[in-house]
This record gives sequence, structure tokens and C-alpha cells, in this order.
Amino acid sequence: MYKIAKKDLPALFRRIAAGKELYLPLENGGQVNFGVWDEGGSVSLDTLKTVKSPKDAFFPQSETLYTCRRDGKNLSVDPEALQEQEFVLFGVKACDVRGFEILDQVFLADPVDTFYEARRAHATIVSLACHEPEETCFCNVFDIDCAAPAGDVASWSIGETLYWKPLTQKGEALTEAVKDLLAQAQEEPVESEKNSIRAIVEKLPYSHLSLEGWGGGALEEAFDSPLWEELYKPCLACGTCTFVCPTCQCYDIKDYDTGHGVQRYRCWDSCMYSDFTMMAHGNNRTSQMQRFRQRFMHKLVYFPANNDGIYSCVGCGRCVEKCPSALHIVKVIKTFAEASKSKHTGGEQP
Amino acid sequence: MPECVKTMSQAEREIHLMTAQQQTTQTQVVNRAKELLADGTVARVLGWKAGELPYAPQPAYFEKEEDLEEFVYNGFCGANLSKYMIEASKLDGKTLVCLKPCDTYSFRQLMKEHRVDREKAYIIGVGCKGKLDIEKIKAQGIKGIQSIQGAERTDDADTLTIQTLYGERTCAYADVMLERCHVCKGKEHMIFDELIGESRDTKDRDRFAQVKEIEAMTPGERFAFFQKELSRCIRCNACRNVCPACSCRKCVFDSSQFDSAQKANADPFEEKMFHIIRAFHVAGRCTDCGECSRVCPQGIPLHLFNRKFIKDINEFYGEYQAGADLEPRGPLTSYVFEDVEPGIVAERG
Amino acid sequence: MSIEAKEEFRPKIVAFCCNWCSYAGADLAGSSRLSYPADVKIIRVPCSCRVNPMFILRAFEKGADGVIICGCHPGDCHYTTGNFYARRRMTLLFSMLDFIGVESGRTRVEWVSAAEGVKFSATMNEFVEKIRSLGKNVRLEDLRCQNV
Repeated sequence: MYKIAKKDLPALFRRIAAGKELYLPLENGGQVNFGVWDEGGSVSLDTLKTVKSPKDAFFPQSETLYTCRRDGKNLSVDPEALQEQEFVLFGVKACDVRGFEILDQVFLADPVDTFYEARRAHATIVSLACHEPEETCFCNVFDIDCAAPAGDVASWSIGETLYWKPLTQKGEALTEAVKDLLAQAQEEPVESEKNSIRAIVEKLPYSHLSLEGWGGGALEEAFDSPLWEELYKPCLACGTCTFVCPTCQCYDIKDYDTGHGVQRYRCWDSCMYSDFTMMAHGNNRTSQMQRFRQRFMHKLVYFPANNDGIYSCVGCGRCVEKCPSALHIVKVIKTFAEASKSKHTGGEQP
Repeated sequence: MPECVKTMSQAEREIHLMTAQQQTTQTQVVNRAKELLADGTVARVLGWKAGELPYAPQPAYFEKEEDLEEFVYNGFCGANLSKYMIEASKLDGKTLVCLKPCDTYSFRQLMKEHRVDREKAYIIGVGCKGKLDIEKIKAQGIKGIQSIQGAERTDDADTLTIQTLYGERTCAYADVMLERCHVCKGKEHMIFDELIGESRDTKDRDRFAQVKEIEAMTPGERFAFFQKELSRCIRCNACRNVCPACSCRKCVFDSSQFDSAQKANADPFEEKMFHIIRAFHVAGRCTDCGECSRVCPQGIPLHLFNRKFIKDINEFYGEYQAGADLEPRGPLTSYVFEDVEPGIVAERG
Repeated sequence: MSIEAKEEFRPKIVAFCCNWCSYAGADLAGSSRLSYPADVKIIRVPCSCRVNPMFILRAFEKGADGVIICGCHPGDCHYTTGNFYARRRMTLLFSMLDFIGVESGRTRVEWVSAAEGVKFSATMNEFVEKIRSLGKNVRLEDLRCQNV
């Protein structure tokens, strides 16, 4: 266990940025998102949730796959280079670290997504424990401990000090590179911080959300539920929930005509959009109810069915915070739970 | 003079008002809605339902009297329900819809465009004393919110008391109001069947102050300003989808034929294109309801685009407020021979 | 050196010309042997009112340095009122482009009748000169369209 005074963090950032690209939460116009650190940037480590999750670092919102160029009668195809630059993601919360693991299930499974794989291989993740979890958080429902985040290095922000603990080889290597800025530290302050965080988590309103009735086996019952018809109504069909989500991984591949060639790029897609999975024959989900259902079925049923029961939600609560219609995964889970409870008690009545 | 269909006699109205004075707007709306559902005047009620969190009520339909127990109306009910009336107009029977004064402009504008059916709506004009912006509350460092008192603004309670996991916090109501409430269009409903609750004009700022500030910058500064703001755009389309004026059945940005399609976010140009076109398409029809800025997950002041168009329209073609009348022609669907030439933009410098 | 540097920049200009007046005006300029720079690419439209704001943004996106819209004089529209609507739209659009920091000289509307070959050629010469002085459009360009 190491520590560094918070006032010395700029020196730490400078050091890391000298050899690697450094991504951390930066404030821009009142909103905090992950971005590349530079000397003038205003770092905001106190922000619990960045608006967008840091999944951009591995799976950018938009990325070119290859470019075709026309030169007279010749046509050239240049694939985009894979990531070669080492980079550090600093200040990632426990839920977002789990988010990366869920993306791994998708992009590192056969056939491996080489763009994603290269980025993943060149990244070192410095996670940060959540000092003050908020009412929208429910990561513990998915067995995530925000007091002891995973990653290559875990860190804790306590008072004026940042505690630093390497967890993997990559983390050790990064620690070695910045060792002269760090001091040895005791475990106690971190242990008491962990306890205080866990005590707060216990008090969070969604901490005891039950996932009973979900999972891979719930396919037919959940899919055919009449509740979707009621639930989706306020949905605006915007893509906010999917674009702030750390685990949404759907994308579209499109061609852009540059006037002198074609760029094939991939960009995030949202199941809330009317042209999602549009094919030659048309669209297989034609109503907003179906599109809305797709998102939650994917997270709570299809994904666990295909990935050993892992839910593709990490309880970061971004959608809870950002949905313009206050319509989100917690609402869905609770509505289903209430319906099954009333059905249950209703059945017991003589 | 707003169009008003009086459904009660004067005496009935007075009794209603007298007993109503002790009740909150919420209870009055619920009681009235129950009556109207019971006598079959309306088939459903469109209002707000208590959400999962104390500051996030949800737009909702209520079809049964007992469902109305969940009905809520307070300072967090910022959502403009006019847009939902486009779909509700296609349903059987009348829909009771709760509209705040500024929402009624949107409804009227939609009427003008034949997008909603007046006959299918029973409009309760609900009082509004300014709506709250949870982002502003959170920006004050208030987090871990458990409950909020004072979201129903009264004359003697102008403070929000917020219980959080990290202790009790307070903040002044006026400090955490939505931007649009600081430039309030007034407390008069443009259209209604009946009114419930009192309204307050919360205007305390010049509507065009921010636009003027930007106009006073150099082109380079203006470019940098918008580049910075729009760089946060994630192309979620919330601004478009929430907008009551954006009611095209198919948006050009959803067209698969169009190669700068909606969701790319591949180049800074795209965001500019999207936001200019979005604002341009509603120019002359935008009532300045401020929903675009309210829903933006990245806090982009999108209303600035709309307000710039409104300011220009006012300057070039005379004062105009969309939704204030039922005149079929708006500023971009009419002309006079003496209109200014586009060259005026360059001349202004 | 300075001459070379000036020659390097050949602005790309897109001119939307209405079929009934300005396009005929351009024809007249041609048959009268009045010259205007080859940097101007004319796109014929049925009426100035056909010009969707998106056309203009797309022209800039694909690398245009200036966009000019030419139509019949107000009152002379082949469709009676098209150019009146175009006038209002373009005024608002240009004002918005100015608002977001795009140099206001890059966009222009000019009324050119079928008999005004001289005006057409003079306008184009003047506009090209203006864009030359403003330089390359970088504020409304899609970086993907750069040919590098």
C-alpha cells in the first residue's frame, strides 16, 4: 500500500503522461467525462459518475475501420492501425471496471475484435473507490464492491491523501514508474474507509433490489409479460440510456463518402432507434415497445443466458440519472417484482 | 384572449375554488380527474406519476380511478406533455391532459399544425410556480438525496429541504429552477378547459441576454464557444425526441439514405449540422419551452440555437411568439415584399 | 513567393442557381463571353426556394469554401413566391452560421435575372475574391473529407 498527497497529484499525472496517454475525468462546461489529460485540463476526481462511462477508451463512440481511396483506376484499401500507444485510465469506478469485463465477454470472444483487443492490451486501469455513493447507485446488486474496486491499481481518496495499491503485474509496473512520488502507507485508513463506504451502500435505496425472476431462464415469461406495454409508454425513444451505459455494446457499421473515397466506420447504435438492426427485409422490431423491451431483455435475460448468468448491468445508475422520462432499469426491475408479488399473494388468497 | 371552454357554472366554480383553497393542486387535479373518468368525459388521464426517486416523476397515463393514487404534481414535473398528445390524439376517447402555462403554447402550436386533435383533449391548465432542475441541485454539491420537502412551492415556503445520506441540506427554490423558468412566458394558459391551481410569473432575466452576450463575441470566440459546448454531444437525440415541434414522422437524421446519419458522432461537423438543422427546422414554430436543454444529458445549452432564431425573427419580421395564436401562417411561411435581404447578416458585421 | 502562395489557394465555390433566372443569366454571361472564375461550380435548382439549409451545410461539409444562392429578383419568381420564402430562410440560416462563428462572407444570396449576364459574372468575380481573402473554410468542414 502506497500513498500520495492530493496536492502532488498533478506531478503524478505529469509523470504518467510523459510516457503514456492518460485518460481521466475532466470537467468541461459543468459536465465531467473521461478525456486525455493535459496541463490545463480541470481534473475532477470527486465526481462520482462521469456522464458517459469510460467505455469509450476501448470501444469509441465512432471509429474508422478502414479507408478506401480511389486514384484513377486504382483502388486502395487501408485498414486502420491498431492501438500501439500505452495508456492509463485513471479514476475508474468499480462498476465501470466490471463494465469492461462485460465488454470483454462480447469483444474478446471468438471472433476476437482486434481493435478492442489491442486497446485492452495497452491499457492500465487505475480504479478509484467511491467515497460517497449516491442514491442512484446499485452496484452491490450485481456483487460489485465499490469500496474495493478491481483494476490494475486500486486507489482510495481519503481526506487529502490518495491511497494506491497495485493489484496486477501491469499495476506493479505502473507503480514502479511513479514510485519516487509515492510513500509507503498503512492499511488501516483504507480499511476504515472501506467500512464506511459499505455502511453507506447498505443505506442506499436500491441496495436491496431483488433480481429474482430474471436471468437466462426467464425468457418466455419476461418476453410475453403484459407489463412492457405499460412500461414503455413514457419512453421518448432517445438513446440516452444506451449511450451513457458502460455495458451497452451494440454498434452499427456504415460507409461515409468522403468525396474521394469511402471510410467504413463503426459507431455506437441504440436499440431505442427506429433503424436499429435494419436489414434488407426491413426491421424486425417495428414498435417502440419492442425496442424498449429489447434493451432490458438483453441486459437481464439474453446476456446472462449466453454468458454463464452474468447480467450485463453493473448498477452504475447513469440511466437512472439521465433518462429524460425517469424510465430506467430499476423501474423495470421493480415493476416486475411488484407484479409477481401481487400475483403471488393473489394466488394464496383462499 | 385565450380560448376557454367553461364547463362549470360560475357558482359551481366558486364553490370549487373555495374548497380547493385548502387543497394542493395535486389533490384537486386528482379529484377532478376521478370525476371526469367516472362520468366518462375522458377515457384516460395524462399526467405525472411518482417516480423511483423523489425528484424524478414520470409522464404517465392513468386509465382507472385507483391508478390516480400515484398521480403527482410538484416542482419536478417539468416535462411538457403536449408532445404525448400527438399519439394520444390517435386513441379512442378523450384524454385529460395536464398542461402548465408554457406547455399550452406547444399544444396550440401543434393544433395549428394539425398534429393534435383539440376534440380529443380535455385540458386542465395546472398552475405553475416555476419548475426545478435537479442538475442545478446536484451542482450545489447535494448528493445522496433521500427525500425533498418544499418541491410544491407555496407563498410562504420558498426553500427546499433535502434529506441526504450525508445530512440535511437546503437551497433556495429560485436558485435551482430550470433556465426556462427564469425567462417565464407568464402565468396565463393559452388554451384550457379548466384551470386548477395558482401560477406565478417567475421571470427575472432577459430572455435574450445570453444570445446577446454571444453575439458580442468575435467570430473566433463564438466558434470556440460552440465547439466546446457541442463537443459534449453524444447524439442521443433526446433533444429532438422530446421537442413538441419536432413531430416529423420520419426525421432526416433517421434516414438510412443520408450519409451523415444520426448516430455517428464521427466529426465535430456532424454535431453542428445536426443542431443547426434541428433548430432551423423548428424555427418559427419553437415556443421556447426549453425541453431540449432540460433533457440534454450533457447539459448543452441547446435553447441558445432556438432563441437565436427567435431573436432574429423578432428583429427582422416583427415580434412573434409561436403558439400564442392560431394564425395559420408563421414567420417562415409568410413574407412581405420589403423583407430584409440575407446580406444584412454580413452588413451587421 | 507571395504570388505562389496566393496561387496555391483555389477556393471551391458552390453556386445554387435557379433554373428560370440565374441559370439563364449564367448562360448569358457565357454566350456574351464574360468571364468568371472556374472555381465556381453551378448547381441548377428549380427555384431558389428549393435550396434546403442542409444543401448548404453539406456543401461546406464536402469542402466548399463559399456558397452562393442565386434566384429571380423578388417579385419575379417563376413560381410567384418561392424566392420570398428563400429570402427569409437564408437570412435566418446565414445569421445562425454567423452566430456559431462561421465567417459571414462565406454565404451570399444574389438576385440575378436571365438578362443580367454582366451582373452574374461580376457577382461571381466579386464573391470568389471575397472567399480568397477569407481563405480556406475550416470551421464547417468535415475532416474526413480532407484529401490527404
